[in-house]
Amino acid sequence: MSHELPSLPFAQDALAPKISAETLEFHYGKHHQAYVTNLNKLIVGTAFENASLEEIITKADGAIFNNAAQVYNHTFYWNCIAPGSSDGPQGELKSKIESAFDSIESFKEKFIVSAAGNFGSGWTWLVKSADGSLKIVNTSNAGNPLTDGAKPLLTCDVWEHAYYIDYRNARPKYLETFRGMINWDFVASNL
Amino acid sequence: MSHKLPELPYTYDALEPFFDAQTMEIHHTKHHQTYVTKLNGALEGHGELNGKTAEELISDLNAIPESIRGAVRNHGGGHANHSLFWSILKKGVAPVGELSDAIKAQFGSQDAFKEQFSATAGSLFGSGWAWLVNNNGELEIVGTPNQDSPLSVGKTPIIGLDVWEHAYYLKYQNRRPEYINAFFEVLNWEKANEYFLASR
Repeated sequence: MSHELPSLPFAQDALAPKISAETLEFHYGKHHQAYVTNLNKLIVGTAFENASLEEIITKADGAIFNNAAQVYNHTFYWNCIAPGSSDGPQGELKSKIESAFDSIESFKEKFIVSAAGNFGSGWTWLVKSADGSLKIVNTSNAGNPLTDGAKPLLTCDVWEHAYYIDYRNARPKYLETFRGMINWDFVASNL
Repeated sequence: MSHKLPELPYTYDALEPFFDAQTMEIHHTKHHQTYVTKLNGALEGHGELNGKTAEELISDLNAIPESIRGAVRNHGGGHANHSLFWSILKKGVAPVGELSDAIKAQFGSQDAFKEQFSATAGSLFGSGWAWLVNNNGELEIVGTPNQDSPLSVGKTPIIGLDVWEHAYYLKYQNRRPEYINAFFEVLNWEKANEYFLASR
């Protein structure tokens, strides 16, 4: 089975100036594409040739894991952000976040602190853990919560390539912007 | 003693067009400065570590109190690694001296070394460094993740290449191999030879 680069859920310039078209040209058009291309080359003749991304992520390691997880993580990330404003989380998602983190604002604060402190390249996630509770977790490099039996609800890419063109070294500024771009409908759909 | 950002022995545009001035300035004044600031922050209230250099701190991480060990590893490493990196950059210096001979003896040729070093630097996944180290008398090419230093595992760095994306993204974006090629145009082999001689 050949994996494909999914279409972006928004126009390449739709997030500007928060996330520029130039960033997306590289982040989506080069980085995400390269992970897809590499994965398709790497799985030929292996047990993962016909496996789904999720199956590869939970069973593979090394380069196959890295590329499969990066394909998954980026697709998930694009869905987590959206142009325009949002009313914030509603219903079940809202009450679950409030019970885990006291309030929506306090969740956002903790998520950003976690993402700012994720040293090196990686991802910061809101997950539903195996016991049903919501947690914020950091992963390094291509790390994905599926390997710990948790269900990803929201992610933020903190590899430097996600923000360097627009924010340089100022990761906190990127995270402040991210905070206002969250696609809560998508997050709720993952519950 | 408070750790300080070292001054560069050249101007930010000195390595153009291989390393651009804007990248050099942000890399030095923002990224490196942040490691220094955070290292100093971590060491506050730990007077017993006063007077130790960043290199000394990361050479014996077990001696660092557990509560700040991670911060010293990351930010002490970031400080030491960048300090070494700046010191081995200069345009137009050819491989020289005993290091050049030792590289030929260990890797077959200068080109074979460049190829192996580039492969390590190119395939390091995520943020990190590629190194030529002296490991108990043997030259060795190693990669480390994030700001981990070879010093922490008893190896002495001779050459270090930063492959965090911040080192090359403004000029080379996703094209890390082009950045690695550019590095060999600005590698100060004379300084590397000094480090090699001092490591023996």
